[in-house]
Formats: sequence, C-alpha cells, structure tokens
Amino acid sequence: MTPAGWATMLLSVGAVLTLMGYCLYRVLTLPPLEMEELHGPLDIDTGDTIDAD
Amino acid sequence: MSSENPAGGEQWASRIGVILAVAGSAVGLGNFLRFPGQAAQNGGGAFMVPYFISLLLLGIPLCWAEWTMGRYAGINGFHSAPGIFQVLWRNPLAKYFGAIALLIPLVIYMYYVVIEAWCLGYAYNYLTADLMLGEDAAAYGSFFSGFVGAEKDGALFESGNQQLLVMLLVTFALNFALIYRGVSKGIESFCKVAMPIMVVCALCVLVRVLTLGTDRVVAGLGAMWNPDPEFLWEPKTWLAASGQIFFSLSVGFGIVINYASYLRRNDDVALSGLTASSMNEFFEVCLGGLITLPAAFIFLGAAATTQGTFGLGFNALPNVFAVMPGGRFFGFLWFSMLFLAALTSSLSMLQPVIAFFEEGLGLRRHASAAFLGLLSALGCGFVVFFSQGSVALDTFDFWVGTLLIFILALIQSIIYGWAFGIEHGYKELHRGAHIRVPWFVQLLLKYVTPAYLLAIFVGFCYTQGPTYAETLSKGGVPLYSVLFIGTIFAFLLLLIHIAGKRWHKEGRFSTRPQ
Repeated sequence: MTPAGWATMLLSVGAVLTLMGYCLYRVLTLPPLEMEELHGPLDIDTGDTIDAD
Repeated sequence: MSSENPAGGEQWASRIGVILAVAGSAVGLGNFLRFPGQAAQNGGGAFMVPYFISLLLLGIPLCWAEWTMGRYAGINGFHSAPGIFQVLWRNPLAKYFGAIALLIPLVIYMYYVVIEAWCLGYAYNYLTADLMLGEDAAAYGSFFSGFVGAEKDGALFESGNQQLLVMLLVTFALNFALIYRGVSKGIESFCKVAMPIMVVCALCVLVRVLTLGTDRVVAGLGAMWNPDPEFLWEPKTWLAASGQIFFSLSVGFGIVINYASYLRRNDDVALSGLTASSMNEFFEVCLGGLITLPAAFIFLGAAATTQGTFGLGFNALPNVFAVMPGGRFFGFLWFSMLFLAALTSSLSMLQPVIAFFEEGLGLRRHASAAFLGLLSALGCGFVVFFSQGSVALDTFDFWVGTLLIFILALIQSIIYGWAFGIEHGYKELHRGAHIRVPWFVQLLLKYVTPAYLLAIFVGFCYTQGPTYAETLSKGGVPLYSVLFIGTIFAFLLLLIHIAGKRWHKEGRFSTRPQ
C-alpha cells in the first residue's frame, strides 16, 4: 500500500466516522421528546373543596 | 411536542427509530459488494474524490429534499407518492408521476427478495457446512450456478433443486409478517434490532479480515485504496461515483419520501436525514471498503478486482471463507449480515406500495398486504422461473433499478426546486430542525442537482443504453421482462386514476395544504 493509499483510506474513513459520530452525538444528546401528547391524570375541580377548611 | 399527523394513522415512535429505518433501507448489498468493486475498477482511492463530491452535491441534498417533501405531504394526509406529488404540485397530472415511485420499489422488490433469499440460503449452507467446498474455486461457481438456477430456465422448480424456493418462501413470509405489523411495530422495531446486529457482525468479520496477516492485509487494502489519479480524467469514473452514491443512499426509490411522511409536523428532518446518510456511508466506506475487496484480494489476488457484485459476494468470498481460519463461522456471520441488510431494505420497498393501496383504494392493511403479496409473488415467480443467466433479474435491475430511479430522482428534484419551491423548501426543512442547512443547498437542489442528474442520465444512456436496446431487439426473456414491467406500470396508472377520483370525491384537495 502506498502512502497515498494510506492517506486516502484514513481520510475517507476518518471523515465518515467524524460525520457519523457528530450526527449520532447530536441525535442522542437531544432532550427527550416532550410528553405533551401524553395526557396526565385529569385535574378535575369538583368544587367540593371550596368551602373546605 | 409537535402536533400529531392530522390524518391520524401510522407514525414513527422515536427519532432514532426513523433514522435507523431509513438507514436500514439504504444499507444493503450494494454497500458491501457493489461499492468495493466500483472503486477498484475506477481508480481505487482516486474514486473517493468524485464519490465524496457526489455525496455532498447530489446525495445529501436530494435526501434532504425527499425528507422535507415526505414530511410536508404526510402532515397533509398523504403517504403514497401519487398523493404526495399531488400535494406538492397542484396539477392533475402530478399523481401519475407517482406511478414511477410505486413501480420502482415494487419491481425492485420482486428481484431483490430473490437475492435476499440467496443470502439466507448461503448463511444456512454455512451453518450446515455445505458451502465448505475446499480450495477448488470452480466448486463455488458451480454451487452458485446450481443454487440460483443460472443453468436453465425453470431449474429451480425441478425436484431436488428447490432449496432456493424454500428460502424464498421463508424470506417472503418474514417480509410480510414484519410489514403487516406496521411502520412503528414492524419496520421501526425490527430496524432497531437489526441495524446494531449488522454492525456487530460486520465488525467481527472486519477484525477477522484485518488480522489475517499484516503483509497480506496491507496488500489487500492497497488494492482498494491506492489511488490511480488518471481515472479522474475519465467521465466514466464520475458517472460511476455518482451512480454509486445514488443507489447507495436510495434516493429516487420512492422510499425515503414515504418513510418521511410518517413524521410529525415539527419532527426534525435536517439532522435525521444527515444522520441516516452518514450511517449508510459508515457501512459503505468503513465496513464495505475495508472488508470485501481486501479479503478477496488476499486470497484471489488481482482477479478479485474484476469481479462484479454477485461474483464478489457469492463466488469470490466463499473462496475466501473456505481457506480462512474459522471460515465457516465467519461465512455464516457474513451472509447472515447480508441477509439482514437486504431484509431492512426489502421492507422499505413494500411500505410505499401498501401505503398507496390503503389511502388510494381504501383497503385495510391485511387486504393491502394480501394484494401486494400476490402482485409481488407474480413478479418473483417470473424472476425465479427465468433464472438462466439471471437474465430476468438483470433486466429488471437495469430498466427499473438503474434507469428509472434516475428519472424519478430528476422528477423529484424538479418538483422540489420548481413546483414546491426552494423558499418553501428551505422553510419546511428548518421546521423543527436541530441543525441549520446552508441556503446554497437550496440553490444546488434547484439548479445543480437536476443538471447533474440529467448529465448522469444522458451519459448512462449513451454508454449503456445501446447494449440493452440491442438486447431487447432480440426478443426472448429481456423483452418479456420489459413487457411485464410495462404491464405493471399500466396497472398502477389505472389504480392511481381510480385513487385520484376517490380523493377528489372525498375533497382531499379542496383545501390549501398546511
């Protein structure tokens, strides 16, 4: 393998690994998807606590 | 969190899920078998210059365009190409161009699943040691010919030679069992498991290959990576590199546009599209580029660089595994990995057509799957019967899997750049985006990419067209194959016409897109 061959291989593999690493890092460190579409327990005000002590 | 798809229905369950699904669609046999051969035959390391230029100017921008268009149409209620194109380009003819985006994945599936069955069959034969045939190179060629029925038409239906049919039935059943489960529970769940397994299998084989003996490995790597700059002056090198990027990223297949349609309004497409593309490049450059050709060269010498895709995968490499320590195990791992790679790709070919049957014809999933199963089984049967010299397969691959995808990519880039509009595209691409995409990419998509595609297409027709046209003029299986494709295309156009009437009756296009 020639020096040019080594350079081509290392640059190509390195560039792809860098790009993929950057992308996966960005994706995996994004905040979790917000849970807005999941509805929590309904907070229903039944009104019977208005006069509670 | 972004609002749900207003049309309801299927959606991806996670960010990484859609990325793995798109990457799974793109990663296939071409990454491991086609890329190394193309590079070796087009200047070795020098090939990487036009390769990366094509990736940046053609591949990634087109991916972004497909992701953007798909998501936009999806939030407007359409997941199949005819509907998607109609949303993007409000012209009565738009939906008929979508027929190409249905024909491509459908017809490619018809022969791709056969090759997938080859991989399963080879993995099985390594498990049973039936593929450890010693050092006689001719034995592997003979095994391949017999296994795929290359010696004569109908050979695979003869008693005693039906192993491939069994493998094909298993493969077919697996594809439909997964696709029936839907986008999230089927495709996404499977890809989340299959993609990491593929990486592990490929890394095991890579380590094995790279530890075969320093001198031999280095010589093998040299066969792949030593640059011959003279090839850079040849147009065919640039044509080959662009073509490889194209096929590798699965742009112009009608698949990415379908997958992206299951995203929510504010789901990112910029980072996701770039990530899926980079994952495909990892499999291609970092795994395919370091395993296949070096392994073949170590044992076969310079002859390895002249093998075609199938020759490299199903003839050269079994020779390698036969003499490699632990070859039976690594052969099993390698072909199992190829099978998984092919399976994640073939699944992606079924979904666009099922989506059309569901939303265009109002069929439920089980009916859509059954209808598609029947249609694709007809095509598979055609390919499997006319197995002599793999002529039917090769013909399907050229006219649909090669020529037509250029046409579809050109149509899509024109729709994006000139009908949808790059200002609109820029805004849509950045909705929910986690990275910024430079504005000049839009200019590339509008002006450079279509011109580049047209140049490749014309160059391709000029260099390869006459050979295939001459073949057609002689009649026989190539002509039957093209007539079969034409019949399927006409049938799809009819179905789209029916779907269009349904959509108008339902008032699907009476409101402005969101």
